Amino acid sequence: MTVRVAFGRRGNRLGVALGAIAFAALAAAPWWGGRDDLQLLSEIYAYVALASLWNLLAGYAGLVSVGQQAYVGLGAYSLFALAILFGISPLWSIPLAGLIAAALSIPVALLVFRLRGHYFAIGTWIVAEVFRLTASQISALGGGSGTSLPAAVVIAIAPTRALRDFTMYWIALLLAAAVLALIVLLLRSRYGLALKAMRDAELAAACSGVDVYRTKFLVYVLTALATAMLGALIFLQKLRISPDAAFSVNDWTAFVIFITVIGGIGRIEGPIIGTLVFFALRQTLADLGTIYLMMLGLVAIVIMLMAPKGIWGMVAARFGWQLFPLERTVLFEEAKQR
Amino acid sequence: MEWINVILQGVLVGGLYAMFAAGLSLIFGVMRLVNIAHGDLIVLAAYVALVATQTFGIGPLTALIIVVPVMAIIGYALQWFVLNRTLGEDLLPPLLVTFGLSVIIQNGLLTAFTADNVKLQAGGIEVATIRLAEGLYVGVLPLLQFAVAVAVIAGLQFIFYRTAIGRAFRATADDPAVAQLMGLDNRRVFALAMAASLAVVAIAGVFLAVRANFDPSQGPARLIFGFEAVIIGGLGSLWGTLAGGLILGVAQAVGAHLDPGWQILAGHVAFLIVLAARPQGLFAKVHT
Amino acid sequence: MPEALLAVRNLEAFYGDFQALFGVSIEVARAEAVAVIGANGAGKSTLLKSIAGLLRARRDAIAFAGEPIGGMPAYAVAARGIALVPEGRGLFPSLSVEENLLIGGQLGRLGAWTLRRVYELFPVLGQRRKLPSTALSGGQQQMAALGRALMANPQLLLCDEISLGLAPIVVREIYARLPGVRAEGTAIVLVEQDVVQALAAASRVYCLQEGRVALSGAAKDLTREAIAAAYFGV
Repeated sequence: MTVRVAFGRRGNRLGVALGAIAFAALAAAPWWGGRDDLQLLSEIYAYVALASLWNLLAGYAGLVSVGQQAYVGLGAYSLFALAILFGISPLWSIPLAGLIAAALSIPVALLVFRLRGHYFAIGTWIVAEVFRLTASQISALGGGSGTSLPAAVVIAIAPTRALRDFTMYWIALLLAAAVLALIVLLLRSRYGLALKAMRDAELAAACSGVDVYRTKFLVYVLTALATAMLGALIFLQKLRISPDAAFSVNDWTAFVIFITVIGGIGRIEGPIIGTLVFFALRQTLADLGTIYLMMLGLVAIVIMLMAPKGIWGMVAARFGWQLFPLERTVLFEEAKQR
Repeated sequence: MEWINVILQGVLVGGLYAMFAAGLSLIFGVMRLVNIAHGDLIVLAAYVALVATQTFGIGPLTALIIVVPVMAIIGYALQWFVLNRTLGEDLLPPLLVTFGLSVIIQNGLLTAFTADNVKLQAGGIEVATIRLAEGLYVGVLPLLQFAVAVAVIAGLQFIFYRTAIGRAFRATADDPAVAQLMGLDNRRVFALAMAASLAVVAIAGVFLAVRANFDPSQGPARLIFGFEAVIIGGLGSLWGTLAGGLILGVAQAVGAHLDPGWQILAGHVAFLIVLAARPQGLFAKVHT
Repeated sequence: MPEALLAVRNLEAFYGDFQALFGVSIEVARAEAVAVIGANGAGKSTLLKSIAGLLRARRDAIAFAGEPIGGMPAYAVAARGIALVPEGRGLFPSLSVEENLLIGGQLGRLGAWTLRRVYELFPVLGQRRKLPSTALSGGQQQMAALGRALMANPQLLLCDEISLGLAPIVVREIYARLPGVRAEGTAIVLVEQDVVQALAAASRVYCLQEGRVALSGAAKDLTREAIAAAYFGV
């Protein structure tokens, strides 16, 4: 008799098919959408990716960080520095920014991992503040008021405006898809099993031989890398950077957390649902300004108290749905008769 | 002499930071909850004081009589109706709920009071100084504030270690289930602890309001200072929290003296150094 | 028999989906000492936790002084005069010996047991009153836990395996104090794995086996064989 591990359930084939169709449709957006549509879609992709990464960190690795804006800003500033000060092509600067952030995230992790739980959360926030304050001291990049991308660098992305829009749109789509794919692959790997065990019962996982510290460290660094690349791309699209925008708690942490909470923590599908809900709310309610933000806060609180698993959590529990093939089943097969 | 002055100013502002931290330290000690809205509640208290002084035409220090009970009641209700439901094994619910609360308070204040800077006037006491020595002056208000901070910490210490309710706090923190066997309703104990925490927040808020301009967005910074003071001083020790506040204040003062733009950064650096060198804090109580 | 102080009828108890008690019924009269014995996992601690309110129970499954208390939260049960000496003693590590005793008297119910009387009962506690409770030996901790429960001046004292982990001589010392407790009018339920001590201290015995009452009766009437059979289920 042999034993093997199979992934996924029956419904997953439908989910994968839907995903492929959606991807194709979105990739064709430059042909059916206008400039505003592309920008909105790019924003959605960025938030789906950012929320998925935060979900990986908090929902799976148990690292609740309120300071991921540190890496968004770090990625953005790295790109601007590389492009403006060192003349490196802006598109290549995106992955380079990711690597810089990954490198810096190592000493940061060594520090903040000394804190646990809520204290870890605030510690990450303080690190982000340190990054922000340091960035505002760098006069070469505009200090406290920031700077714009010089025309020469903008041209280096692509010769025409239309091409620039399309290029950055596709990069956004690819990057988000890559982040999601990476997360799925990670969760299907040995580390993924470790993460799920850690999510459910850390002590038991440690006793079963899971190297909790190393797994958390790995996830933290990978998340930093991906988050930084997203930050680099976001601000490349904006063409302008400033410390307050790059390291904004509201934009890169508060909204991300709300998305993940509303969609459902600890499940991959959650951030996707959450982002769609978030943007639907934003398109309809954003005119209300501060009241809109208050409502977001209220919604997050109500969901946490009433439905802590978020929208997808409730749906999945009720109907047993799962879009991404992640669930492991152990199959026992009879050895083939000779 | 110049440096002594710098350090002195740092010590005095450190008292205020210790007050920010004391409330945080208290509720973490009793129920393992870190209130992300803590700083915003300090700012809320400042605005309550503003409303009180404007409505009744009283001075800020007199307004304490109104602000402290108001904030204590808010704390009790907040814990009873909202935060008690988030307590448990998982640390996400209380963290996210208090985060949501922070957003609501900030934007609520923004809606009610706009983003304009305001400040409470305390009259002549604000500019009065005492001459300690040749070239060494200290403001009466900062000195008063420091004395109040020490008194608050001493008061909390007294409550915790010499009263029945303090025993109840410590017992419930040790073992909520066995505490129930003593006839203690956990929900009430936690609500009382939050009320006490916000009473301290009220005092801190009023002093903040008198000391400098404030606006709705200042909450997170106060939370971070309070948090840094707690970590530098060490968890579980109220006097340690005072020490942490003082160290933070001095670090900021030194940083500001070297370059005004480095003030806050210097505080963060001090925090990170303590975190790197002695993560349990300088005066942590070792628990079995 | 006069109306029972504690009447447990058909009590069921669950840990999640796992059922630990299947319709247990026991009775305890005022100032009576009752022993509940049984092997590990028989459900003895579960029974006490249900009575004390730490585990949910059906409302009418447990009646105390005529009032149904099943399902009440533990602090409400404690307020009605039931004190549990929990498994493992459950002293508060942040509190000193004296503070542990004082918090036992938190409810302020007046009665025979005061701090002074507890120190008379257990002089060693008086000698170590200011020490943190963690500084006591196992036997002393058990005395402190017992003293803490007495400070509530309960009508019913529930003792969960007070002999566990203690040397026989210490166990004898503690059990020697129990008649003094009963003399003040407090009923006692003794959950024990140490059958000999339990039978010596109690007038009636229940033996639990896998969540059910397998045997009950007056301590002096039960034979060793009957008890062994009920205990081990042979």
